[in-house]
Amino acid sequence: MTSPIAWRLATIVGIRDETPTVKSFALSIPDWPSHRPGQHVDLRLTAADGYSVERSYSIASEPERAGLVDLTVERIEDGEVSTFLHDIAEVGDRIELRGPIGGYFVWDIAAAGPLYLVAGGSGVVPLMAMLRHRAGAAAERRPRAGLLFSSRHAEEIIYRAELHRLAGAGDGLTVWHTLTRSRPDGWAGYDRRIDERMLAETLEPVGIGARAFICGPTALVETAANALVRLGLPPDRVRTERFGPSGT
Amino acid sequence: MVDRFVTRGFTGRRDRGGGTADAARRTPPGQYLTTDFPVLSAGPTPRTPLDRWTFTIEGLVREPVTWSWDAFRALPARDWTVDISCVTKWTKLDMRWRGVSVDTLLEGVELGDRAAFVIAWSDGDYTTNLPLGDVLNGAAFVAWEYDGRPLSPEHGGPARLVVPARYFWKSAKWIRGLRITDRDEPGFWESLGYHNRGDQWLEERYGGD
Repeated sequence: MTSPIAWRLATIVGIRDETPTVKSFALSIPDWPSHRPGQHVDLRLTAADGYSVERSYSIASEPERAGLVDLTVERIEDGEVSTFLHDIAEVGDRIELRGPIGGYFVWDIAAAGPLYLVAGGSGVVPLMAMLRHRAGAAAERRPRAGLLFSSRHAEEIIYRAELHRLAGAGDGLTVWHTLTRSRPDGWAGYDRRIDERMLAETLEPVGIGARAFICGPTALVETAANALVRLGLPPDRVRTERFGPSGT
Repeated sequence: MVDRFVTRGFTGRRDRGGGTADAARRTPPGQYLTTDFPVLSAGPTPRTPLDRWTFTIEGLVREPVTWSWDAFRALPARDWTVDISCVTKWTKLDMRWRGVSVDTLLEGVELGDRAAFVIAWSDGDYTTNLPLGDVLNGAAFVAWEYDGRPLSPEHGGPARLVVPARYFWKSAKWIRGLRITDRDEPGFWESLGYHNRGDQWLEERYGGD
């Protein structure tokens, strides 16, 4: 028999603003069994009278940090859990959590071949765990990698400084940004929704042998996954996670 | 109820089920209500042209049966209004589908004596496993319409299995057939850490739950 994935008590040990509506929460979980980049956790909040809610959040951190897990959470205006985390939770608070969960949308350094990532908004979170894990490996083990990242406005780009730093390491990682709503003066990145041409241009330097991971709103994921298959990636090398309404 | 740690400062919005007692009663534990129809899938959306689409029942049956799209659509269909819960925690009430019951499909074959499980298989190599008892007596159907319109590809069209009493991963999108077996074989998500049965009222989300 498989034993249940236990609920554990995590302590918030750090809170960092990523954008005006996105925060990262560093959680200390002493008996954390580690995770694979791309996995998620379930969080459970319980009120004094027993009222309880659960949500799933992707893990943002690499598995190498023993007993520490970062979650990056976007504040959803009518959300019951994200508003609590953003508006009420403080360092020192304890929260119930269980995981890690999910065994398909995962990547680690042992996987052969280049890594090609496509993100929309907070869909970058599980992909960041992969990039952080990659950056922590010995330089000669790091595969060629690319991230195509769609945000609405420049100030909404999650992990912007860290991505800039990672891409500047000269270790074979390229990051492309596209901004779909507004662009600052002098913006040199893409300026439209992700489309097949953009995918072709960014996949080309990474290589057709890449493993692709796509995470974001459904419309973006549909566009990207279908285009990558047309561009020649085998369907089983294109893995997806989606969130948000279907738009239909 | 097991001991739960009370979260400092959390009171909750208490709008579960839009505030109505009926909706709250129909929302399984750990779920929240949505009015969207979120899309979840592990990879690209497969697209099989309808003139090449078939639906097959095989395995422990005396004679396998295969329907073309037109023949499948000519089977006795009915409307279904059911509540759906996804393991990612959303629940959507009163989802309206049109399709054919698994009971009707199985009338087309003679089950073997040892038939006990069914593997639903789909375009894109997705599989999910169910005991036969979980899909009989009106418990499951294959749908080709949602909310009065053809089922869209991202929601599993042209046709998907719907098993309302189980988490939605059991409702295989892009279904192409049922394989009848005498032993239980874990499907795609069941092999990747998710629960073998997936009863949302027992919160059977992950292996061991």
